[in-house]
Amino acid sequence: MSEGSPVEGFIKRVLSPARLGSMSLHAAAVALSLLFAVTVLGLILAAYGTRPSAVIDVVGEYALTGPGWVAIVNKSTTYFLAGLAAAVGFRMYLFNIGIDGQYRLGVFAAAVVGGALGLPMLLQIPLMILVACLVAGAYAAIAAYLRAERGVSEVISTIMLNAIATGVISYLLSPKRFGVLEDGSSNVQTALIPESGRLPAISIPGAGEVYGFTVIAVIIGILYWLVTERSRFGFELTATGSAPRAALLSGTNPRRMVMITLIASGALAGTVGLPELLGSTHRYGISFPSGLAWVGLSIAIVGRNHPVGVALGALLWAFLERCALPLDLLGVPKEVISVVQASVVLAVVAMYELVHQISERRERRRAAAFARPAAPQGSPA
Amino acid sequence: MSDALTVPVSSTATAVELTGITKTYPGVIANADVTVRVAAGTVHAIVGENGAGKSTLMKILYGATRPDHGTMQVDGRPVTFSSPSDAIDVGIGMVFQHFKLAENLSVLDNVILGAEPMRRSRFGSIDRDLAAERITRISVQYRLAVDPHAMIRDLGVGARQRVELIKVLFRGAKVLILDEPTALLTVHEASDLLSQIRGLCQDGLTVLFISHHLDEVLGVSDAITVMRRGEVVATVVPAEIEQQELAVMMVGAEPAELPRRALGGTRPPLLELRGLSATRDGGGRIDGLDLTVGAGEIVGIAGVEGNGQDELVEAILGVLDLDQGQIVLEGEDLTNTATAERLRMGIGCIPQDRQREGVLLDQPLWMSQMLGHLHDPNFRRGPWLRMASVRRAAAAVVADADVRVPSIDISAAALSGGNQQKFIVGRELAADPKVLIAAQPTRGVDVGAQRQIWTRLVEAAERGTGIMIVSADLEELMSLSDRIAVMARGQIVAIYDATDATVAAIGSSMTVGAT
Repeated sequence: MSEGSPVEGFIKRVLSPARLGSMSLHAAAVALSLLFAVTVLGLILAAYGTRPSAVIDVVGEYALTGPGWVAIVNKSTTYFLAGLAAAVGFRMYLFNIGIDGQYRLGVFAAAVVGGALGLPMLLQIPLMILVACLVAGAYAAIAAYLRAERGVSEVISTIMLNAIATGVISYLLSPKRFGVLEDGSSNVQTALIPESGRLPAISIPGAGEVYGFTVIAVIIGILYWLVTERSRFGFELTATGSAPRAALLSGTNPRRMVMITLIASGALAGTVGLPELLGSTHRYGISFPSGLAWVGLSIAIVGRNHPVGVALGALLWAFLERCALPLDLLGVPKEVISVVQASVVLAVVAMYELVHQISERRERRRAAAFARPAAPQGSPA
Repeated sequence: MSDALTVPVSSTATAVELTGITKTYPGVIANADVTVRVAAGTVHAIVGENGAGKSTLMKILYGATRPDHGTMQVDGRPVTFSSPSDAIDVGIGMVFQHFKLAENLSVLDNVILGAEPMRRSRFGSIDRDLAAERITRISVQYRLAVDPHAMIRDLGVGARQRVELIKVLFRGAKVLILDEPTALLTVHEASDLLSQIRGLCQDGLTVLFISHHLDEVLGVSDAITVMRRGEVVATVVPAEIEQQELAVMMVGAEPAELPRRALGGTRPPLLELRGLSATRDGGGRIDGLDLTVGAGEIVGIAGVEGNGQDELVEAILGVLDLDQGQIVLEGEDLTNTATAERLRMGIGCIPQDRQREGVLLDQPLWMSQMLGHLHDPNFRRGPWLRMASVRRAAAAVVADADVRVPSIDISAAALSGGNQQKFIVGRELAADPKVLIAAQPTRGVDVGAQRQIWTRLVEAAERGTGIMIVSADLEELMSLSDRIAVMARGQIVAIYDATDATVAAIGSSMTVGAT
């Protein structure tokens, strides 16, 4: 191993699914990280002179209620999909910051197609999903090609492609092209999608409606697990990420894997805007935010690239953001939430590394103890 | 080796003396009771193939790792190092094979980084003028022409090498360790560097020179210590030894007693390589290579490292594209098939770098079972893996090949080198390949594991597998092979039958025209 490898190894471990360490060690690591984040929050609140009890009251009133939970689940669906898109890239240690541009182009294209057609629901909705994934995947293919064939860092290229996507969408979203200007409004949007292009919601009495796409997101999560953990392709991904030379000698082309991974990440990013498009807005407008790439990358790290972990991370993120408004009412700026989220990521990275080191030492001892009595150290002939 | 060659180097003063140095890693003995005495003001070369223990010994002398046993003396005083800075303090400096220079900084900045001369003022700032003056003085004194204000990115490889030398001299090194200093240089730059190394010694410095380029070593050194499998074979004086004898010392000689099968007459050819030519970007090449491996035959590939052996292995696997030539397996042309297809057709490979190429270090051991065997119908159903079946196969390999692990769920990194290698050999042989390419199959493993692996390879050949062994260990090749082909400059320069192969003949073929 070369001198540079400790840092490289650490970064690889941060971005990899956990291979070592029991569930309980990981649970303890997460609990300690949350404790750290809450302490940070407490210190900030103390600096603002806010009583902790007032915060608990207002959070309980606003977030931990039926409508609060529905809003959290809806938002976390979006975050979960962004987290999975980031997690796919991490399998090959690729930072797909282009999730932002890919998802907005994808959802924009789906909105245009959905607004122009009036097919039966069983055709219309799958078609819109397909269009979103294809457009987003194709956009990611640019960065994938540059990385695999030209060695251009995907971080740089996707940041630039995000800016280009913003420009492309504003160009296309003009009343002369795909935009529609409603009377009495200054917002240009795409045409409203007809009834058949709206996904039925799950109604929770007294609380509101959970996006129908949440169910699809769960199915995507299960498929993600099956493909990464139980398929030949998943093994090739793991092998290429773990030991590129070993993968090469066993017939896996690393360049091809880079291409496929980034395009798959992009295609998944295409689904990120769909819960909202199919469930509430029914048109593309200004309500689709940028910055989801960072949310996705953070959640993928916190969730250790495992779909269940990513789902829990997405719920945590959505919950924290739900708390932003009540904190604002108490006079604490809502940016505090970003500080808490960052504290979670920081603490979790440190704690996961600790879990890894503890488990690795344990495992080595176990292996050495097993090998010792039977294989005495001889001296060379 | 004849004892007459082992001449103790005598000189007035001893710069460095290492006595009884032993260092083991799990399952690997890197240094076994190594004793070396380096006279002050001389160039002392340490030669040996990769894995012979040279680098470990230098790491110990440089303070990067600590020996299990043994003592070190510098200028007659016993020393122990807990870090490289301790070694620098007593005047030992190391120049690594791969330069450690910041491209976007000047020569001056690179040289002083970490050893900045400070102005004597209240806040202290870096005294660049003094630094520049010292660098200029060093480069004049030792004839290492370098402009202190040049940017590293503008310098060629030879100049960068000189900057590395100035870096250690700037820190007051009296003993310089140079690890394969000519590996990256052109022939011309290399000869310049060698004459500069001689110059350093005339000014009273001591140079420890690690290399496996024997001609260089013979030209520049006052004494040569030969290492093999962690031990010192001999310390010799260049004037009294031929390059060929040195080569033989490096690779070892005595064939082991192994169950030898009768060498039958003609065997049907399994793998035929016809006029293979291939070039790796910035690496070696093979050049019109012809070779046949018959059923049940073991063909050894000997040669000084870097004469196309790696390229040959990669070309057979389809990882390196051919410029010309044809690869035929049992009459079927594989030339234009992909690597995965070749593996499916029955080519197996024991790669030379087991940690990077043979297993997935950070994954559970059973995952490595699938490396190179994804085509196995037992391991998958369509695009899906059959995990239970893979695990069963891994467990069978562990039991069968005597891999000492408590569980197949343990990560491959937790295994010793010998156990990793036994697993890889077991995995490849369990698939019963038609042809097995074994690159350095026992490099760096302990003797017990080595004997087991050798026995398994011979057994596989008896079952009809054609085996090609690429090895830097002549003892291994002489023990196992039916025929030994010697590679030099990307070609097969000689082929010997095991019955009439002699170490001397192989040694001379290896060095004639080798690069």
